[in-house]
Amino acid sequence: MISAFFIFNQKGEVLISRLYRTDLKRSIADVFRIQVVSNSDVRSPIVTLGSTSFFHVRINNLYVVAVTKCNANAALVFEYCYRFIAIAKSYFGKVDEEAVKNNFVLIYELIDEINDFGYPQNSEIDTLKTYITTESIMSTASAVEESSKITTQATGATSWRRADVKYKKNEAFVDVVETVNLSMSAKGTVLRADVDGHILMRAYLSGTPECKFGLNDKLVIDKNDHGLGDAVELDDCRFHQCVRLDEFDSQRTISFIPPDGEFELMRYRSTSNVKLPLRVIPTVNEIGTTQVSYVVTVRTNFNNKLSATNVVVRIPTPLNTTTVDCKVANGKAKYVPAENVVVWKIPRIQGGAEVTFTGTAQLTSTTHRQVWARPPIDVDFQVLMFTASGLIVRFLKVFEKSNYHSIKWVRYLTKASGTYQIRF
Amino acid sequence: MAAQAGQDAKFFQRGKIQEFRAELQAAESKDRKFTKRKTVLKKIVANITMGNDMSPLFTDVVQCLGIPLIEIKKMVYLFLVCYGRAKAEQIHLVIPSFLQDCSDRNPLVRALAIRTMSYIPIPVVIDSLTEPLRHCLKDKDPYVRKTAAICVAKLYTADPRKAEKSGFVEMLRDLLLDPNATVVSNAVAALSEIGDRQDGVIFKLNLTVANKLLAALGESSEWGQIYILDSLLRYVPEKCSDAEIMAERIVAQLNHANSAVVLTCIKVLLYLMNYMENRKLIDYICKKMGPPLVTILSSGPEVQYVALRNILLIIQRRPSVLKNDVKVFFCKYNDPIYVKLAKLEIMYRLAREENAREVLAELQEYASEVDVDFVRKAVRSIGRLAIKVEAASDACIKALLELIETKVTYVVQETVIVVKDVFRRYPGKYEGIIPILCENLDMLDEPESKAAMVWIIGQFADRIENADELMDDLTYTFLEEPVEVQLALLTSSVKLFIYKSQSETAKTIVHKVLKWVTEEIDNPDLRDRGFMYWRMLAVNPAVAGEIVLAEKPAITTDSDRMDRGALDQLLLHTGTLGSIYHKNPEVSDG
Repeated sequence: MISAFFIFNQKGEVLISRLYRTDLKRSIADVFRIQVVSNSDVRSPIVTLGSTSFFHVRINNLYVVAVTKCNANAALVFEYCYRFIAIAKSYFGKVDEEAVKNNFVLIYELIDEINDFGYPQNSEIDTLKTYITTESIMSTASAVEESSKITTQATGATSWRRADVKYKKNEAFVDVVETVNLSMSAKGTVLRADVDGHILMRAYLSGTPECKFGLNDKLVIDKNDHGLGDAVELDDCRFHQCVRLDEFDSQRTISFIPPDGEFELMRYRSTSNVKLPLRVIPTVNEIGTTQVSYVVTVRTNFNNKLSATNVVVRIPTPLNTTTVDCKVANGKAKYVPAENVVVWKIPRIQGGAEVTFTGTAQLTSTTHRQVWARPPIDVDFQVLMFTASGLIVRFLKVFEKSNYHSIKWVRYLTKASGTYQIRF
Repeated sequence: MAAQAGQDAKFFQRGKIQEFRAELQAAESKDRKFTKRKTVLKKIVANITMGNDMSPLFTDVVQCLGIPLIEIKKMVYLFLVCYGRAKAEQIHLVIPSFLQDCSDRNPLVRALAIRTMSYIPIPVVIDSLTEPLRHCLKDKDPYVRKTAAICVAKLYTADPRKAEKSGFVEMLRDLLLDPNATVVSNAVAALSEIGDRQDGVIFKLNLTVANKLLAALGESSEWGQIYILDSLLRYVPEKCSDAEIMAERIVAQLNHANSAVVLTCIKVLLYLMNYMENRKLIDYICKKMGPPLVTILSSGPEVQYVALRNILLIIQRRPSVLKNDVKVFFCKYNDPIYVKLAKLEIMYRLAREENAREVLAELQEYASEVDVDFVRKAVRSIGRLAIKVEAASDACIKALLELIETKVTYVVQETVIVVKDVFRRYPGKYEGIIPILCENLDMLDEPESKAAMVWIIGQFADRIENADELMDDLTYTFLEEPVEVQLALLTSSVKLFIYKSQSETAKTIVHKVLKWVTEEIDNPDLRDRGFMYWRMLAVNPAVAGEIVLAEKPAITTDSDRMDRGALDQLLLHTGTLGSIYHKNPEVSDG
């Protein structure tokens, strides 16, 4: 499996180094530094030299690297790296050189726990936090009982939840976060439009609650033949390990015992009937070789009770642009030469409204004609209480043997972040 | 419980052995709460990380083992794991402490002890480990048992004979029936590794054991599920129904959030399909595999890359998995280059008459991007699309002509290369565009594109008015050209002569070239071919014409397809490095 695990900074200096096997030496880190860190054009996340493969994931100013000497399960190696990053994020808030150096001892403890001989072991954040902490644990008698509870949880069927959770107020929060992917052609036709949804849950529930979660999932509705309003067609769903997969497979019911605290319940994808919350209409004309004129209109396509916030429209400009004069009635627009875009920031657009950007870019003359590659217009935004897929949470039932009352809140958010592209 | 942020970055400074030794010794006298020693140990660990040799501090560090603080113990253990193997003479100092911990009341301590000991595989440690390991394999706490299972694998790697003789492999097999799923999955992982070794123990599954493992699947962690699923490839179904039932039992795992679980599950399903007869079931399973694979594409780019390289193999073997989904493989502008190249390949594979128009529009967009390698592959794909889908060939040629208009050098060169193949595929259909190609002759300086153009001129010399002038220009630099181009020039000169045997220019050219090739060129291929042509033309020009201008075999895209046997072999390694490089791991070196 994984023979070694390293974390490097941007300069290629080793911040964490752990060998799990004897088929490698510590000096292998130098090979990575030379082959990957110092290489300006790395074209693959896996670099194989002879029988050694370096799998690397970049996060902020770090390289998280796993090294293997065998025909390793590549997906497992990367998922393990992602999991390490998630654990580090949960423990330290951010994952960068400073955080790693400040907490290296804890990181060494973690990587000794979550990986044995190169085989990933239990890596549920909740469980790990019960026994890998910054507080020193003395080896005492009471520690033994605690430890038995910990080991049961770490190896149990519900390894993601302790048996003795207690809350005064029992609450469950559900956040449906959808990312809209759009690729629109210059003619205005939708080339692809789909939604990646994540349902995050924060469960502050006592005991061992059994939860049942219901969506307006088309397949469920078809089965029951109720024909209630709009159904959402989900192309694919992927669940947290606490969800009973065979029940979903046979009856489309999502039933689970949640981990305590925050976790991602499910991920889904929807490609049909995607409601695009923002419509962008660009008119870009190259005037000779010295100017480009822009008229870009953004129209919101949802109920006027809602609004789009943190809207950032990035409008590409040719490489030989000198200045762009921008006129906007809403928000602020500025030419950013380093990135060859005009960045137009609009704090808020109400539903059913329309805002427009007008501008002209001045170009310097160039000696050789280079066709402008025309990268697409990129829009980032957020719309609260709106789902592009049309997904609605119909119910969340909580059953616990002590039969307590629990409060449930559901919020929806649709956003785009580097995924909403309009060609022109 | 929020962990307090540490402040240990300051310890990342190179330190001297003597200083650390002095600090440790000084701390022994007055160190309430052990903070002083904790600090020195942290400095030592930071130095180990930086690659500085801290092994001379062995005896000093080991002194700290008595301190009842887990954090300190773990740092000492890390030190031992790094340097233990090199300090055989001094390691006995720590063995009593290890043995004490192996029977500690706290299961976490017991597990930590055997885990650490097994990372120091030198004879004196292994000998001491044998008894405690035997107990731990039967420990009442599942956490200890699961750790012990992996220890057996470590032991086996260090000393296979001892591991077998001590009966550990047998005990590991017993753990396959353990009531705790985590123990079972670690035992499977250990046995799988042992079983994969050249020298020895065989690990195969019969139906009973396989079913027991499947029962543990539901209660295992995500990683445990991967180990168990992986091991199912060691089960050879005896009846179709056995394979079919097993497939139905694992198909729900396709909905797991961890993409490695999904890919490993697909690997097993594809394997089981080789033993299934029920066509309906096979189709049902294929359809269920598609959506999870597409969902992986919204995961991190590294995992996307693994999935994409595997999808390329899967759709060749089981096309029904992703028949109608070409759009999901369209490139996002900010995808990393390795994702884009992988998606491009799949887009081409999924292109059919129904979606050719959309695919072509996408390819045209890509041809105007900035990464040269990506642009060239996009242009090449337009050509391959023309060959693959006859109904789209007109539109593709139109697109290729537009690309030539851009006058971007690498685009034009790639276009010429690909147009040659289109001519071969559709003889008589597109030769009208040859004048446009000839206009751009000056731009072609790469061997492949130049050779392609020369081939075109030679092959269609009868339709190109000034073919002889063009060939005259091209052969001017004959002796400086690379071999690939020289070969093309040779053949084309002969073709030109045969088409235009009346032209004085053509005669001069072919004479010139043949003379060069037979008298001044060292390359044996060129020389031999030159002699052969000369003789043919001298003996019987008419027959020479028939041979040189004979109808070529139809060009197809069949060469794109991987050989079925090789494909099946690769699919047995779905999700692994071999599946990414498309190289069978048994065959390749590493």
